[in-house]
Amino acid sequence: MESGYHIVVCGSLVPDPLQTLEPDVGPKGPALKNEMVLPSVLDPWAAHALYEAAHLAKEYAGSKVWLVSVGPKQRLQQLMMTVAQKAPFSFVPVDGSASGFCDPFETATALANAIGAIPDLDRSRLLLFGGYASASRDAGVTLQVVGEMLGITEVFLAVDSLSVSENGEISLLERVEGGNYLFSECDCPPLVVGWATGHLPEPPNNPQIGMANMRSIMPALQKAPQVQVGAEGVSFAKVELPQQQRTTRIVKDVPVEQIAGEIVAWIRG
Amino acid sequence: MLSSANGDSVMKTLPGDEIRQVQWRFSDRFDLQMLVQSARSVARGLVARLVASGARNTHEWTEEKAQMLTAFDEAGITSVFMDPEDGGYIEGPKNFALALLAFELAWVDGGAATGSLAGNLALEPIKEKGTEQQRSHYMKLCVPPAPGDTRKAWRGAFALTEPIPYVGVDTGVLGGKVGIARWNDGEEPILHVEKRGRFITNMGFANFVCAAVDSDDPRIKGSCMVILEEGDPGVFDRGTPTKKLVHQLSSTTDPVFSLDIPASRIIGGYSVKDGVIVPQWNHSQIIESVFRRTRVTVGLMTSAKLLSAIEPVIRYQRGRFRGGASGAEGTPRHDLGLQMKEDPLHRLIDVWATGEASASLGFATARLFDEFDPLERETERLLGDLNVAPGRAQMRTMMEAQKRAIQFLEESAKPESGRYSTGVASLPDDTLVRFAITDAITNVLCPATKLWNTGHGANMMREAVSLMGGYGITEDCPGFLGMKWMDAQLEATYEGPEAVQRRQLSVTMANELFLTIFRGWIREMRGIASEYPETGACTLASAMELWLWSLTYLLEGKDADGRPLFKDQRQGVTFPMADALSWLLASRCQILDTIELAARGAERGLDAEALPGYVRFFSDLCHVQAARAAGETSRVCSLLVYGYNRHPGWKDEGACLTDEELVSAESLIPGSAAGVAGTADSIGADGTRATKAGPCAGHEGLETFQRLQKRLHACLSGSALAKDRAARALTSVSIPEALDYPA
Ligand SMILES: Cc1cc2nc3c(=O)[nH]c(=O)nc-3n(C[C@H](O)[C@H](O)[C@H](O)COP(=O)(O)OP(=O)(O)OC[C@H]3O[C@@H](n4cnc5c(N)ncnc54)[C@H](O)[C@@H]3O)c2cc1C
Repeated sequence: MESGYHIVVCGSLVPDPLQTLEPDVGPKGPALKNEMVLPSVLDPWAAHALYEAAHLAKEYAGSKVWLVSVGPKQRLQQLMMTVAQKAPFSFVPVDGSASGFCDPFETATALANAIGAIPDLDRSRLLLFGGYASASRDAGVTLQVVGEMLGITEVFLAVDSLSVSENGEISLLERVEGGNYLFSECDCPPLVVGWATGHLPEPPNNPQIGMANMRSIMPALQKAPQVQVGAEGVSFAKVELPQQQRTTRIVKDVPVEQIAGEIVAWIRG
Repeated sequence: MLSSANGDSVMKTLPGDEIRQVQWRFSDRFDLQMLVQSARSVARGLVARLVASGARNTHEWTEEKAQMLTAFDEAGITSVFMDPEDGGYIEGPKNFALALLAFELAWVDGGAATGSLAGNLALEPIKEKGTEQQRSHYMKLCVPPAPGDTRKAWRGAFALTEPIPYVGVDTGVLGGKVGIARWNDGEEPILHVEKRGRFITNMGFANFVCAAVDSDDPRIKGSCMVILEEGDPGVFDRGTPTKKLVHQLSSTTDPVFSLDIPASRIIGGYSVKDGVIVPQWNHSQIIESVFRRTRVTVGLMTSAKLLSAIEPVIRYQRGRFRGGASGAEGTPRHDLGLQMKEDPLHRLIDVWATGEASASLGFATARLFDEFDPLERETERLLGDLNVAPGRAQMRTMMEAQKRAIQFLEESAKPESGRYSTGVASLPDDTLVRFAITDAITNVLCPATKLWNTGHGANMMREAVSLMGGYGITEDCPGFLGMKWMDAQLEATYEGPEAVQRRQLSVTMANELFLTIFRGWIREMRGIASEYPETGACTLASAMELWLWSLTYLLEGKDADGRPLFKDQRQGVTFPMADALSWLLASRCQILDTIELAARGAERGLDAEALPGYVRFFSDLCHVQAARAAGETSRVCSLLVYGYNRHPGWKDEGACLTDEELVSAESLIPGSAAGVAGTADSIGADGTRATKAGPCAGHEGLETFQRLQKRLHACLSGSALAKDRAARALTSVSIPEALDYPA
């Protein structure tokens, strides 16, 4: 019997969080100001999912990782110049919008279709990974809908840890209220895992891995199917950034405890 | 194709990677795009943290600094230099790859970039001129271990410079010596090497050193370079750390070596003739081929500094008055801050335009070296096949090739040839002709890059620092601009300071083949100007013409005492002309990169809505820069063309008109006397004359110069408008909330 997991990671690009993100109404509905020219990064939660996937795949011989992304093709290609260096994977791009204003159901449909079309994907070994949140939409439902469409009923969200016992049982820790974890065990795949941050650091870039990945990434990008995802028919009454207060103070050599103390004092008012 | 005049489009965000990839021509090189990302993460991660935490405050090589070496290895930075068969991953020539690497690292810290590049500098002599066996041996030792491999990679240093009074700028007088320690019959000779180094980079940890030495033994002919290893019998003393004010993240010391080594360590090998060891290459030959390439990367380090200053300066300017009592949110004082004023904007445009021009020049040169490398090997092979012996026969063959090259270029210049570009791709199939042309260009572009990017770049870094006010000269300045200013000065010095580059240019820029190419470039700029007038290509073409005319004049000309003007010793003539040329070349490359963006941006997938804004802005920067280059050229050329003539005195014969002559002039052309009297170049009957040095100097023989200069000055039309427009773009361009590396 073949061993290892088939790990499919769903994740796409979001504008670099350092950029000023201002909602704006464009010709096709709401968007972010200058969205198409802002530098982008792999959605941070999805990125954690990818690193966890790569780590797991390395530990279990015979495993394979796919990254499935719905996003504008050109920008996905640019994104791959960093992401492809992080870990070995096969890329399944779908050329469509990655805007935070897309209807998550439409995005989920495009993702489910793309995953369904992956040749040789063994569902009995399938771990469907992604971020439980997103730096762009944070609809909080995309992954569950994809799971539902693929008929996977075991869904774990805000996961920080996944481990496999000797007999193949999978244990997961999901974040719950009050800094606690919900511990679950699962006999076997398939399952959906929406990652929080996990525990792995960002792997260093390695152009050698990147070059190896690019051999399959470029042909995949060239063949990427186009999809229409958006929010047609939806009208937005109001779009605004969450209210935030940003007061930046530059400090040096301040111990962590003192910083934490100041934050607590500030919260308490 | 986009016209540079494209409407009123405005640049919306700072140019990102996609734009740079098109301008600098690597949109289809994924290996390089990845390398850029990889180097960037080390630079803006570990390296920036080191600088921010004060690691530059020590001269010693510390464990903290040594982390960089591991990070370089892990991120694939070290192995960029190696060929795939030696454990690298980039196929083919690597000049451009190394240039991008240096640019990314120096964006944050010049010392980090230098540390990485000095390792390559140590391998370069072996790579370029070493024997096959030396090459493969040292490359394999230096390639970083694969994950799981416990081998420690070797690191190298390059030791040419010696304690005063020996080699520094001039590579001639070597103090380092090599002699024969033992030479037993039938065995490899054992050499004894005595070498002291000064300012040797990476010496705090290097395992091997490529050192330049001269023979002090009749049984060894001339000079050579040898490889010294830690562990060779004798003294391998790393010496004391140099107390550098700059680049403190790299290790620099003054080492002392007194070692016995096998003769097989002579780089490039040797033969034995009549009992004398004859090295295959002398040290000058090796050094020339090494520096020829590595100086380009140094030039790009300063470009990165200038371009890295833009974002922090804009942020500083905008935020200057925020939080004060006056200027609530939404008011210009709050939103624009210092950007309400014209001067800080204009100065930032000057910094930016210089950064663009120098990056364009450096990258163009690095790419050209990538074309040159295989051509050089092919030429060496061909000359071997043709049995052309090195020395005079080779020179003759190359002179002939040069003639054919000139002929070819002149033919192509005829309108009916239909040829327009002087790019290497459009050159004929004749390898030697291609080699001659590329060689002539690189011989100019390399020193020009090193000279202009670092020298003028350092001056402009000072401008950038001053735009940050007091903050600029503190350690806390975002983007470490103050440190970068100082660092730029080292870049202008090591690997041959400005004087060395100017000397080289003095020779190579006067080469007939180069001048023929240069004429082609003038036509090329006029051609571009007709399609992209807003780039200032026409201004530049006029300035190039003025420079060319002046050079031709100076090459033939004599000063007031009858002494030739353009001579090796007359650095007062040759050096400024070299400087002026460098301004022109940088501006040309900047224009070429901008039209590449305009012409190919869309097909390269750049956002169609945003592209015109970038093209407009970069065209304006080109125009600003072309105008500055033109002004500089005009200044330098007038100074030299007129400056060596003696100013006429009142007493000189025929110097000016007498009153009687004036009267007769008035009768011929009414009003002319007033004009002449206005300049007061007349002496009254009583000997009275105007209060000035003498009659105005004549300009016999300089009419063409005057015509060209007049035309050039009129060609400046529009350049200030371009600057205003570019400055306006600075007030609306969106920048990130914070810098992507710590300060
Ligand atoms: C941090 C650092 C790292 C270095 N790393 C290395 C290394 O790894 N390996 C190595 O071999 N060297 C290294 N060097 C040495 C460096 O290359 C030399 O310092 C540089 O080439 C200048 O030589 P010099 O200091 O002897 O200056 P000098 O020769 O004294 O020149 C000083 C000035 O004199 C004038 N001048 C000199 N000659 C002429 C001339 N012919 N015509 C006109 N003007 C002239 C110029 O104005 C010149 O700038 C390093 C230096 C530093 C500071």
